[in-house]
Amino acid sequence: MPILDLRGVSKQFVLQGQRIEALRGANLHVRKGEFVCLIGASGCGKSTLLRIVAGFETPSEGKALMWDTPIDGPGPQRGMVFQDYGLFPWLNVRNNIAFGPVSRGIPKKDVEEVTERFISLIGLQRFANAYPHQLSGGMKQRVAIARVLANDAEIVLMDEPFGALDAMTRERLQDELLDIWKRTGLTVLFVTHSIEEAIFLADRIVVMSPGPGRIANEVKVDLPRPRDVAGNDFNEIRRQLSLQLHSHHGRKAA
Amino acid sequence: MSISLETAGPSLAPASAVEPAPQPSASLFSRLRNPAIALLFPATVLVFWHFATYGKKYGLIPPPGDVAVELYDLAFGGIYDDAYSKTLLTHLLASVSRVYGGFAIALMVALPLGLLIGRIALVRKLLDPTLQVLRPIPVTAWLPLAMIMFGLGPRSAFFLVCLGAFYPILLNTIFGVRSVDPRLFEAASMLGCEGTAQFFRVVLPASLPAIFTGLRLGLGFAWVVIVVGEMTGVQTGLGAIIMEARQLSRTEIVICGMIVIGIAGFISDRAILWLGRYLLKWSPNIA
Repeated sequence: MPILDLRGVSKQFVLQGQRIEALRGANLHVRKGEFVCLIGASGCGKSTLLRIVAGFETPSEGKALMWDTPIDGPGPQRGMVFQDYGLFPWLNVRNNIAFGPVSRGIPKKDVEEVTERFISLIGLQRFANAYPHQLSGGMKQRVAIARVLANDAEIVLMDEPFGALDAMTRERLQDELLDIWKRTGLTVLFVTHSIEEAIFLADRIVVMSPGPGRIANEVKVDLPRPRDVAGNDFNEIRRQLSLQLHSHHGRKAA
Repeated sequence: MSISLETAGPSLAPASAVEPAPQPSASLFSRLRNPAIALLFPATVLVFWHFATYGKKYGLIPPPGDVAVELYDLAFGGIYDDAYSKTLLTHLLASVSRVYGGFAIALMVALPLGLLIGRIALVRKLLDPTLQVLRPIPVTAWLPLAMIMFGLGPRSAFFLVCLGAFYPILLNTIFGVRSVDPRLFEAASMLGCEGTAQFFRVVLPASLPAIFTGLRLGLGFAWVVIVVGEMTGVQTGLGAIIMEARQLSRTEIVICGMIVIGIAGFISDRAILWLGRYLLKWSPNIA
């Protein structure tokens, strides 16, 4: 049974009196432990799809199922990592990570233990008492990831999480994310607009196209990890993806 | 409509800065420089005041020296030994109790009301229009009605001071509650925090900086309206002696009252600012 199963999911918004079709007929299966990237130009519905899985939006048509149960609002088993972090500015690193477990009424001793474990996992022991505004972007995103992991998320939904970071920090966090993914057996659904990032991270890349937003096709990435971004196989997939993404562009412009 | 607290404070830490660097121990000279600059202007005013009023017979405004002597007599007695000698502390304490009492009542009403208006659309539709119409009515205009409703004496004073502090607290609380970043609600609900818990764990802490701005402005207004508040026939209080001394043409006492109100208001503002900085040390917006 797939952990995540989208069947003909569509989403329409009404924006300033205009009906906008953000997503049309999306079908997607994700197996447990899979790392799936959603890629596409802006307006292709990749963020809408992610927000439907998170439970922030309800599909206009179709079904979104997790373990065969309809997704009904946000919940701890689907943790979201936002591009703008979404950390609580009045809580320090430790208490941001503890927020989820405390909300779910986990005993205090267990909360402390799990919090310390995830602070070490992201290597921020020295900054456990720092507030978000004192941290760099990379540190904030580590905290945001630790926060959903500490809350026993089965699926981590990431909405262009490294988009606001500089190239060096971005690469480091990609490595760290893969490391955490391998060690924990998480399922990751990762939205990006960077072809390289998608090939570097994903088991499978879902290509989406705009107007209306829909899933165009899928590309499996079978390269062994760690992947060599300058390798021939890598470049071949990059060329393929690039062609597909640009053909959508061309059609739209025409 | 949040009013930023201190614009001159240290600027926000850049994203990469992690912990504030320890301040190099400032030399005595550089530490005294800002107070010295701040005193320059009042000193100039004093000099002008002195030369404009000193030695003039039947002048209506007393020279600063006379005011200083009167202030000493008000505080410690032993110079004039009249009805006002050594009464400053009594009047100061009376005013302080009314300012903080009225402020506390305003806080107890405005804070919950602001939270409700900010969070619940029905309450907002029910109360907000009325409150907006009542808001421009100056505290002075309420004086006659207050004296009819609450009688001569301290109860009217509390009411008027409370009224002065009420709107800044209310409006900033509403603003704070309504301007919580929607992202934080999403973050809280995907972490399993919903409903009432979300109110206490997200809305309340997120609106604290704005609420605090309201408290600070409210306390300031409480001092501003204390003289009107003490026109209600109370016997003691800085406002009361100002109004009484005015009728006796004791202008030096009027000025003493003004100075003491100014200083007391300043000290109480510093105290609440210090408290806010301590409680809101997580916030990059409180300097």
